[in-house]
Amino acid sequence: MINQSDNVLKLNSINRRMFILAAAKVILLGGIVSRLFFLQVKENKKYLTLSDKNRIREWKLPPVRGHFEDYFGNTIAGNFEAYELHLIPEEIENFKYTINRVRNILQLSENQFQKILKKKDQIKPWENLIVSNNLTWENFSKINNNLYDLNGVKPVISISRNYPFKENYTHVLGYVSQANEQDIISNETIKEKFVQGLKVGKIGLEKTFENDLIGTNSIERYEVNAYGRRISQLEFQKGDKGKTIKLTIDTEIQKLANELLAEKAGSICVMDIFTGHVIAMHSSPSFDPNKFVFGINTDDWQLIRNDPMKPLVNKSLSGNYSPGSTIKPIVALSALENKIINANFRVNCKGHKKPLELYGQKYHCWKKEGHGIVDMREAMKQSCDTYFYEVARRLGVDKLSETAKKFGLGKKVFEDLFEIEKSGLVPSTSWKKNVLGINWVLGETIITGIGQGYIQTTPIQLCLMTAQIANGGHKIIPKLIVDSKTDDEDKFSLIIEDAKNMKLVQDAMFSSTNEVRGTSYKSRIDDPKYQFAGKTGTAQVKRITKQDRELDLDTSEIPYEERDHALYIAFGPYKNPRYAVSIVIEHGGSGGAVAAPLAKQLFKKIIDRHEIRKNFESNKYLNI
Amino acid sequence: MYLHNRLESKSNFFQKIKDIDFILLAGILLLGIISISTMYSTDGGQVLFHTKSHFVKFVLFTGLMLLISFLNIRFWFSISYIAYFIIILMLIWTVNFGITASGSQRWINLYFINLQPSELMKIFIILCLAKYFHRKRLENVNSFYSIIFSMIIILLPMSLVIIQPDLGTSILISISGILVLWFSGLNHKYFFYSFLISILSLPFIISFLKPYQKLRVLTFLNPDRDPLGAGYQIIQSKIAVGSGGLFGKGFLQGTQSYLEFLPEKHTDFIFTLFSEEFGFLGSVILLLLYAIIIYRVIKIGSISRSYFAKLFCYSFGGSLFVFITINMSMVLGLLPIVGSPLPIMSYGGSSMLATMIGFGIVMSAKIHSKQAIA
Repeated sequence: MINQSDNVLKLNSINRRMFILAAAKVILLGGIVSRLFFLQVKENKKYLTLSDKNRIREWKLPPVRGHFEDYFGNTIAGNFEAYELHLIPEEIENFKYTINRVRNILQLSENQFQKILKKKDQIKPWENLIVSNNLTWENFSKINNNLYDLNGVKPVISISRNYPFKENYTHVLGYVSQANEQDIISNETIKEKFVQGLKVGKIGLEKTFENDLIGTNSIERYEVNAYGRRISQLEFQKGDKGKTIKLTIDTEIQKLANELLAEKAGSICVMDIFTGHVIAMHSSPSFDPNKFVFGINTDDWQLIRNDPMKPLVNKSLSGNYSPGSTIKPIVALSALENKIINANFRVNCKGHKKPLELYGQKYHCWKKEGHGIVDMREAMKQSCDTYFYEVARRLGVDKLSETAKKFGLGKKVFEDLFEIEKSGLVPSTSWKKNVLGINWVLGETIITGIGQGYIQTTPIQLCLMTAQIANGGHKIIPKLIVDSKTDDEDKFSLIIEDAKNMKLVQDAMFSSTNEVRGTSYKSRIDDPKYQFAGKTGTAQVKRITKQDRELDLDTSEIPYEERDHALYIAFGPYKNPRYAVSIVIEHGGSGGAVAAPLAKQLFKKIIDRHEIRKNFESNKYLNI
Repeated sequence: MYLHNRLESKSNFFQKIKDIDFILLAGILLLGIISISTMYSTDGGQVLFHTKSHFVKFVLFTGLMLLISFLNIRFWFSISYIAYFIIILMLIWTVNFGITASGSQRWINLYFINLQPSELMKIFIILCLAKYFHRKRLENVNSFYSIIFSMIIILLPMSLVIIQPDLGTSILISISGILVLWFSGLNHKYFFYSFLISILSLPFIISFLKPYQKLRVLTFLNPDRDPLGAGYQIIQSKIAVGSGGLFGKGFLQGTQSYLEFLPEKHTDFIFTLFSEEFGFLGSVILLLLYAIIIYRVIKIGSISRSYFAKLFCYSFGGSLFVFITINMSMVLGLLPIVGSPLPIMSYGGSSMLATMIGFGIVMSAKIHSKQAIA
């Protein structure tokens, strides 16, 4: 059928074509091998990374926040174990069923329930949905008992903030609360470490030292499958706890300050006059910061917000008060330093009938009958206004402001430690010209001499001022945090011309507290161990009219808002000064009657604690 | 004559066993072992459904292959047209009464097995055309009549498969057919022109593609345009292969597959899993094994006396190579995703059955290589 020659032709053809195709096959095979080589050998690293990215997912856990300690190492802001309940939506088969079970067990209100549902929509399905971050033990165990049919429900023991001394430290430490959008935007560290339920400092030192306190996240690495389900834990990387921050404050004195200011609005500051350590700094009224940790409820919030004594205001740092007579030591010192007066300079104070008249204005002394002829010591003792009107007039506001600024008035004491700190105001002629655009009037100099008018100080500034008077006119840098930096000691430099002037002022302050007719004589302590020297101040809130002067009402008869602020500054022990104190009672009335008695109680405690503090310090060095 | 042959074959039974191509057989068995182990890995290191089923099929079809190899090559020559015709009927049956899965009507229910006739067609189209050209004189190959006839032989099953719809298999069927035309000596210019025409009409063809097919082409051109959607398969496949490295992640250690990032790991993407676990070296060894098998198939063709056997072996070897190349190029991101299994390795009975029938016929050609077909 098929002839031989055709067969040969066909065989030749098929064999030839087979070779062509074989060559093509070899080329294609080479192509595939080179592609394999490219993917598996050359690009191996890239794909290995991609493969790990596929299969490994990280879970960040909230970092453990660092503690705050007082000077003696007592924890004043610590952590405690909080019982939390988390849901992982993707692990729940029937979300509606589970959430309703949880709702029934915990007896959640409709409002809370809706909040949880809303939160669920905002998170990714594998993220933790926090149902509650502070369960009672009872509810926590109820959940644990029902876990068998609650898939994806995770009871978690987490670490949360605790302030054991409640309202005592609120104005120093501030408080932490749930991080919000604003916190994340404004702080890179928070952004980096953010996890659901992270609590961050909202105010005070908690906020200032956020980056030190926050710690590092623990990280769990899980192998996950394509659907995001965890298959196995690969690694647990334990995070570091945040730094512990140690304060210079003595809790015992801080607590006493809080007790002394109970039911009052005001501030007490205590400072070591050599080291600048703040021993106590309290603003009253205060509030319990623990309420803010899990979000404060509306009732409590309204109560705090609407309190007329303003618990939310840190009066020690951001309360601007006229210093009143507490400025007099600085006025006297400035006049002595500038050689305007000497210790024997005298003024005749004639009382209300014949007030000092200058440039058509009348300047009254607080005492109706007048003090008669007084020298500097006597004027300070009895707080004679007329004397200081005259001294201020001779001194001039610019020289006074120069001295006041040297002693720390008019600028922030803690620089940028507290956002809310105010710098007060020390007026001068150039200040008024620049800021208000009006020329200085001499009458303003005269009232500045008794701490009224434009001059404004914060309680902590008054305390620093007093400390520097007490240490003989040396500059100190106030400290709230104990740290290893010791270069501050170099700055313990003299800020006055003549140490004798300082002695005169200190002696005048001594007489004010410890001699008959002194304004705070009633609050004196005779025991030289506790004996202190001070200066009262009564700052007017409202201009005294002629009518007021005639009525001469008792403090209790004046409406609260119009009552004078009571101030007191002091240092002690007088023989060998170590501590300075400033006390401000808002709308308290007279400084001598209201503020000075607190100093008496305060100094007893401060001096008693001094021994303990000194021993603690030397022990500490021995231990090292 | 037929009876005579049977008597002869009986008397020469041991001779036939001696004539089996043991290299090819060893290659196929080795490939089978590799494929079963890989299937074991896709089951997550357990003997589950896929492993068991694949094992059973492999054993069964190897037996079938040996059985076929003992049948005289003349028998296959004689039933070529009928077999082709039966499968065409099966395809028509599929179009009307087939089982639908994942949007495509490809299987017919034979009660004990679900058969995919389009897979069988890949082999039987070779058989049919080989018989047709066996009788043709070389000068008649390029005649109008024979071109029309072979076109019908190719286009009929192609169109029946395309409407299933199953573009991949229909392309593979046509490639099998075209390979026979190539070996039978069809003028080069026809291949050249039809290649030219298909290139020119590509935009036209694309406009006829179904949306998901267009998407596959676009995804092939740029897999990153939709990494979690259409591009997901190819991206994950490349990650799996690439992360395998030189020596691979180790048997049962392929994270991409056991964490279920790899889609279709039992079927079209089986090579990805193998490559992830055994690396570049393993992959090259597997390629080498395929190369040896194909080489043996072609070698058998070259020693066969009959033109029919020669044509079948060359074409079968060629199409085997094309199936492997297309599958691998696809999982390595060199071609768009078209459904095409890797012979023997991929899970799927019909594909394995077709391949094993092909091997059986090749072996039969070896055993009966001295036989000429009138």
